[in-house]
Amino acid sequence: MRFFEDIEIGQCRELGSYTFTAEAIKKFAAQFDPQRFHLDEEAGRNSLFGGLAASGWHVGSVCMKMLVAKGKEETAAIIAAGGTPAVGGPSPGFRELRWIKPVLAGDTITFRSVVETKRTSEKRPEWGILQARNSGANQRGELVFSLLATAFVPRRGN
Amino acid sequence: MTLTFEDFPPGHFGSFGPRHVTREEIIAFATEFDPQPMHLDEEAAKHSMLRGLSGSGWHLGSLMMRMLFDGFIHRTASLGSPGVDELRWLSPLRPGDDLTLDVDVTQARVSRSRPETGIVTFKMSVRNASGQTLVEATSPVIVKRRASNEKA
Repeated sequence: MRFFEDIEIGQCRELGSYTFTAEAIKKFAAQFDPQRFHLDEEAGRNSLFGGLAASGWHVGSVCMKMLVAKGKEETAAIIAAGGTPAVGGPSPGFRELRWIKPVLAGDTITFRSVVETKRTSEKRPEWGILQARNSGANQRGELVFSLLATAFVPRRGN
Repeated sequence: MTLTFEDFPPGHFGSFGPRHVTREEIIAFATEFDPQPMHLDEEAAKHSMLRGLSGSGWHLGSLMMRMLFDGFIHRTASLGSPGVDELRWLSPLRPGDDLTLDVDVTQARVSRSRPETGIVTFKMSVRNASGQTLVEATSPVIVKRRASNEKA
């Protein structure tokens, strides 16, 4: 990934797309969120979701998967260009997670991440703290998922 | 008996668990959803800010969901949740942790748009066996109200 100093507010990273198959939805739900509307087509149709719907935690976890894949791609590009990639720190959390519309079996969600704020850490001066709005939209362009994530990003030259 | 909106007055609701978490589970989740070295490899994890193999924060969130389900959501007339107002990862999830979930109701109100339902806001917190809080979150859940012809 990039260093704190090289990241600009408003910068948008396109993270790519992921198709939620019925199989993947049921597998995640069986492990972590076995509510019937996440496990069974008929129960999904009869719920507020109107179809077999992915667990919200599944959608969030897939967004994480896309972010990590993008980070690895960026790191490889920086190394290929002879640069030094940054290694990110852990995240203290997020706010304003909204499951705006259901993600139904067969939906393809395209994720992006937009930097909203950046500041240096008072407690750990070698780190910066970013807030990014991570979101996903379905194949009809409807926003289905959004959250404001916080992450530690290393500063240059420490 | 199925729990409805009326069963969630503000206050402490309950504590649930323990749920044991293995190293294999941590690595399996990370391999699929969060393949960063600190979640996959002990040696690499030693050099991370978290100092040792730790579970993905999304794994911890998903485990919290499972503990909610096993604790009471499985017998609640829940229609799903619109989101999570805030979630804080406070300490890392470690292999071998035994997790306990504490649940409080912070607010319960009847839905204006769907008066047959209510919105119950839960404050959830997961701690390990030594009492360290690993994650805290606040999330509203839509719960059916008891039909007027049903007795309490």
